[in-house]
Amino acid sequence: MARPLTASNESPDTARPGPDERALNQTSKPAAGAGPTADADNVADLTGVDFAIDGRAIFRKLDIAIRRGEVTAIMGPSGTGKTTLLRLMTGQYRADAGRVSVEGRDVATLGRRELYAMRRRIGMLFQNGALLTDLDVFENVAFPLREHARLPERLVRGIVLTKLHAVGLRGAARLHPQQLSGGMARRVALARAIVMDPQLLLYDEPFAGLDPISMGVVMRLIRSLNDALGISSVVVTHDVREISQIADSSYILSGGQVVASGTPAELREHPSPVVHQFMDGLADGPVTFHYPAPDYPAQLLDRSEGA
Amino acid sequence: MTGLLGEIAANTRSFLARLGALTRFLGQVLWQVPVTLLRPRLVVEQVYNTGALSLVIIMTCGLFVGMVLGLQGHDLLERFGSEEALGTGAALSLLKELGPVVTALLFAGRAGTALASELGLMRATDQLSAMEVMAVDPMRRVVVPRFLGGAIAMPLLTAIFIAVALFGVQLVGVQFLGIDQGSFWSQMRGAVELADVHEGLIKGVTFGIACSLIAVFEGYNAEPTAEGVGRATTRTVVISAVVTLVLDYILTALML
Repeated sequence: MARPLTASNESPDTARPGPDERALNQTSKPAAGAGPTADADNVADLTGVDFAIDGRAIFRKLDIAIRRGEVTAIMGPSGTGKTTLLRLMTGQYRADAGRVSVEGRDVATLGRRELYAMRRRIGMLFQNGALLTDLDVFENVAFPLREHARLPERLVRGIVLTKLHAVGLRGAARLHPQQLSGGMARRVALARAIVMDPQLLLYDEPFAGLDPISMGVVMRLIRSLNDALGISSVVVTHDVREISQIADSSYILSGGQVVASGTPAELREHPSPVVHQFMDGLADGPVTFHYPAPDYPAQLLDRSEGA
Repeated sequence: MTGLLGEIAANTRSFLARLGALTRFLGQVLWQVPVTLLRPRLVVEQVYNTGALSLVIIMTCGLFVGMVLGLQGHDLLERFGSEEALGTGAALSLLKELGPVVTALLFAGRAGTALASELGLMRATDQLSAMEVMAVDPMRRVVVPRFLGGAIAMPLLTAIFIAVALFGVQLVGVQFLGIDQGSFWSQMRGAVELADVHEGLIKGVTFGIACSLIAVFEGYNAEPTAEGVGRATTRTVVISAVVTLVLDYILTALML
């Protein structure tokens, strides 16, 4: 299998599938929507997850399966807890009920040390990049390496430059985060997310606020990194058109539950009005345009309320 | 009336909750101190950030506090005809009170606010969260080195403040107002005891720990918005100032 992006994506972890298995997984993509079944093909599973913040329910009985080797899209209107979903997977939040498992292990049962060991195999791209502002681009990408591994400087340099080259920013190594455009910052963050050769990459709104060129670049990177590194990706987004071009399967969340799942083509043909409204970007529908309010004419004619 | 009582009760409760959170935070910080000391470079960086970068303001203020002390002290002592005691009076008041307290207040304004806003911004821009996901403990990597840096820098700044202030007293008292140089210094050496120096040192260390802790606590727990960071910065200065003065009274009462 050709791996044009990086040379150092092999780790001695024997529990991972070999290159052949991975290639197999990528070529045999399931035609039907990924059901919430906990099997070895899934890199992460959420089953019956309940979660609330300050008494406000975010998820109710949520079932999602992230299949190995695929790009899975999580879509939904703003405020449906898409970012919360990623934080459940990284163990930053604990589910109130149900089970969140990554690589077959229940995140809630992991001790601190095990949790940190698991996180080393996860890369996450934050919405605004979340680059460390007191370090330059090179040091930002080198940060996880320096924190977790005692490597000779030559090796660190080699790895960092390889990753920066993969996102096309080798030439920007000595710039500071403040000097980067939004798209560049996100690509640097992406290089940082893959520097530890993760098994699972999580993207939080990777397209938000990008110009069409940067958007295309990030889109292609998500797909090519997924295939070249043989990893699995979860993309949280509401940019339906962009993600439909690269996702293998998608979930649409609304009201704390999965309202639809399947390949992008299946979702376009989905009978549910919520899915239809979301995929076509209609202003009004099951998700109403108006925030709940009293009757319009009555309120306009009412003189008692604030003159 | 019940409304007022209810408000007092609610405020007391939230104050106690905050105090509890601060105490627990102190425990977490102290727990991580030994591990952090294994990476002295991180701490040294922060001693530079909080200490070295505060030097100019500390020295300037020290000089002027000393000069004012020289003028006022001379005016006061002249009424009793004992101008030569100026050195003793100034040295004792600087070592025991003015040095540690004024340094702590300046430290809260210069370094404390910088720490709180830096940490608050890191929280607001997801940098702390990103570290967690990268399996790096932000307490160990960011908070504890900053706390240690402040706690180490503060007693050193206090010493520098006192030295510069004494120079200011001498400048006004001896050079401008004509007190005898010899009796100025010899009376000071005769009267100041090691215990007085210890008192200042203990206060400097205590205030350093308190102010650094409050700054990193407020910054780390700041609401992740621009407004929240601003509030955290303000609270850092206000709380640090109040705590410094309260602690000063307690320590003085204990050590006299």
